[in-house]
Amino acid sequence: MTEPQHRPGSGRQPASDGAAASGTSRAPEALPPLARVLLALALLGLFGGLAAAVLSLAQPAPGLAAAVAERLDESGVSHPVTAVLLNFRGYDTLLELVVLVLALMGTWSVGRARGCAGNAPGPLLRQLPGLLAPLMVLVAGYLLWVGAHAPGGAFQAGSLLGGVGILLCLSGRTLPPWAQRPSLRVLAVLGVAVFTLLGTVAALLPGGAPLDWPPAQAKTLILTIELAAMLSIGVILAALFTGGRP
Amino acid sequence: MTQPVFWGLVGMALVVMGLYALIVHAHLLRKVLALNIMSSGVFLVFIGLARRAPGEGTPPAADPVPQAMVLTGIVVAVAATGLALALIVRLRALTGRTTLGDEGGH
Repeated sequence: MTEPQHRPGSGRQPASDGAAASGTSRAPEALPPLARVLLALALLGLFGGLAAAVLSLAQPAPGLAAAVAERLDESGVSHPVTAVLLNFRGYDTLLELVVLVLALMGTWSVGRARGCAGNAPGPLLRQLPGLLAPLMVLVAGYLLWVGAHAPGGAFQAGSLLGGVGILLCLSGRTLPPWAQRPSLRVLAVLGVAVFTLLGTVAALLPGGAPLDWPPAQAKTLILTIELAAMLSIGVILAALFTGGRP
Repeated sequence: MTQPVFWGLVGMALVVMGLYALIVHAHLLRKVLALNIMSSGVFLVFIGLARRAPGEGTPPAADPVPQAMVLTGIVVAVAATGLALALIVRLRALTGRTTLGDEGGH
């Protein structure tokens, strides 16, 4: 192992290095110029069709803005996007969290994490995360809270947390032992678990339906779900960055 | 041309340019980048057209439903990109290649 940057997986790479280098620098099955021109013309035609579709849209734009505004009071939050995400179209968000977990499972099943072991952090990268990370966590909490009435919410806060994880990884810090495998996995599925659990409880209430929050408790429920979703999104994004199972 | 329609057209242009790059380039990393540009174009179309004025004199507040869908889509696109990159890394580790195709070695 002469190249510590690519520790796992580089075992077979030197043998085929020549082939890979010649194959990847110039595209091996590059299209002939004529085919490229024809392709460009066909795609221009496609663009024309798409542009015509945009230009011929019905003029009094149909939309759900009015429908959302009408029921906003029952949603528990006052920001329409958050209301759509976590109340009116909760299924979308639940399934999105499922997609995130599936992507993480797929990445973990493909190989082990390369992590940031090969990254040699400079002095700035070694010192700065110690100052930035607490601030970013604070801002993530703020974004989560403010999402109830202004742009913000679980996704923005979660991606900020993911950024914290990536920053710490790049700066050469490793996870403390208590945050290793079991709690990492629990955190990754926490969003889906809490969302599904509360959605099921809502269905068991008299006159309730799955993911149909009673207006009186809606704000508490939404904030609980957003908190769990934020943690899951942050952990999953940071774990995806390391490129494999820990 | 109103502003929403302009952004819709820009988004369509991004989609078509991404599609061209997706077809022309063989390197898988370039294909992933092309797919990301295509998805950015789709998001731009959604966000742009969400601001179309809804008929009668309501203030032109954006339709929140497309915005929520784009928010969902961004996170899914990031996760899918992460999975795709992990697959590319794995393919290169196993075969030394970063392209798809039938021929074994070039």
